[in-house]
Amino acid sequence: MACFLVPMSEAIVTTAVQKVVANREKKISEEKTRNIGLKWSRKLSWLNKLLWGGTILLALEHVWHGEVAPWPPFLTAMGDPADVAPMLHEMATTGVAIAITVTAVWAIMVMVAELKAKAIPEAKVKPVSGGE
Amino acid sequence: MWLIMTALAAVITTAIWYVKAPEDKYKLGLLALFFWGATLMWFVDHLIAYLTERGEFFEINPDATLLGLSVIILALVVWGIVLLVSDPKGVLKRVLKRQRQL
Repeated sequence: MACFLVPMSEAIVTTAVQKVVANREKKISEEKTRNIGLKWSRKLSWLNKLLWGGTILLALEHVWHGEVAPWPPFLTAMGDPADVAPMLHEMATTGVAIAITVTAVWAIMVMVAELKAKAIPEAKVKPVSGGE
Repeated sequence: MWLIMTALAAVITTAIWYVKAPEDKYKLGLLALFFWGATLMWFVDHLIAYLTERGEFFEINPDATLLGLSVIILALVVWGIVLLVSDPKGVLKRVLKRQRQL
């Protein structure tokens, strides 16, 4: 119904956080950043891409199934008061589960990347591509 | 069906990204993460629907296949737009420069 709105909300927040973190990292010297491993702005960019990619494609699926319309109130369920409660329930269950799963997978990705980056000798450390 | 197709697209894109890595000039990492994000989301959605409604896990019919194709096309369109805007080869810049010189 509207489960994709939950990861979309998370994506909006994490995108804003990434911008703030990126600005802070610019102020920190190159040497200090290298000592703490992979940059947090890069790690957050992976989460943003997972969330935004999923949200955009899930939104298409919802349009396809007639659950989202291009005119107000945009969510078909909002047109009928009887459908509002099930929609909110779906957001609270499926939507939250989706957001938690994506975030958990991202956390595992970050842990593995950090371990791999730390295992590489200092001189050979190169930024992992595919992030930005 | 769209879950299978998106997962397949994610695997293929990741494989191509890995072959080209560490270089990521054409932002295949972005495309792969887009597909993986959608795959994860649909997997959870399908799993919850399967556990609560006890229906079929995979919906295999022409409509679902068409949706799968549309999803892949949309992801490629978004990736194409990002690629054109960032213009990693500087092609647009060169074309515009040439146009101005004419």
